[in-house]
Amino acid sequence: MSTPDSLVPSFDDDANEGRKLAIICSKGNLDMAYPGLILGNAALGEGVETHLFFTFWGFDMITKSRMADLKFTPVGNTATHMPMGLTPLPGMTGMATKQMRKSLEDLDIPPVPEFLDQIVAAGGHLWACRLSADMNKLTEADLYDDVEGIISASDFIELTQGAQLLFI
Amino acid sequence: MTVTTIDGREVHVDAEGFLTDPTEWDEALGAALARAIGVELTERHWEVLRFLRKDYEGQGETATTRRVQTVGGFPTKEQFALFPKKPAKKMAYVAGLPKPKGCV
Repeated sequence: MSTPDSLVPSFDDDANEGRKLAIICSKGNLDMAYPGLILGNAALGEGVETHLFFTFWGFDMITKSRMADLKFTPVGNTATHMPMGLTPLPGMTGMATKQMRKSLEDLDIPPVPEFLDQIVAAGGHLWACRLSADMNKLTEADLYDDVEGIISASDFIELTQGAQLLFI
Repeated sequence: MTVTTIDGREVHVDAEGFLTDPTEWDEALGAALARAIGVELTERHWEVLRFLRKDYEGQGETATTRRVQTVGGFPTKEQFALFPKKPAKKMAYVAGLPKPKGCV
């Protein structure tokens, strides 16, 4: 047995009791899908109750017909350090997307649908934005199966009472 | 380097209490580490722990929950059931390995 003097990590399971994280995913670019997924997954691994709300372009992340086909474009993104005049050339977005997918795969970062599977398995909650569904004329049948519901902005605010919030 | 006593044995640990020398670990110590954090080990826990030890030997770093799923074949949900709330850290601790470094 460990003695009272033993140095044992304090996992503080109860410290996170009641801690909640709400992540609003509003972007549909491949590169902007990952911050929310990675942080949400990390929070779940720390025992934090986590809710993701998909809205506007972020709706693509949970739309069955699009979620596996998000793209990355260097257009207007100075952080790619490419000459900006070249970025809108035909084929550039496809090439950049392919490259990014490969970089993610090399690090064993899952594609978006599989990442959502992992988040749900870890106990994460996924919510779809009502207005985005209405604008795109989509219903629950069009969305990733584990989305718990299409809810209004007020519903989301209500169910994430006391949560820390990230807008991405 | 800190030395602490677990199960009557002196082991080297970091500031948090994670073993710093994986060679000081054996299954008897693993059982004591699990008791120390309130995890009761079943045969399935041992399967996970043996995978972690073996993977660490080959990779030189601790498997993340993602890797425990994709390479080890233990579903995420089950990892959370076996090592509640913080599976990555608890699995590493009981296996006598450093905390995983990877983000996913």
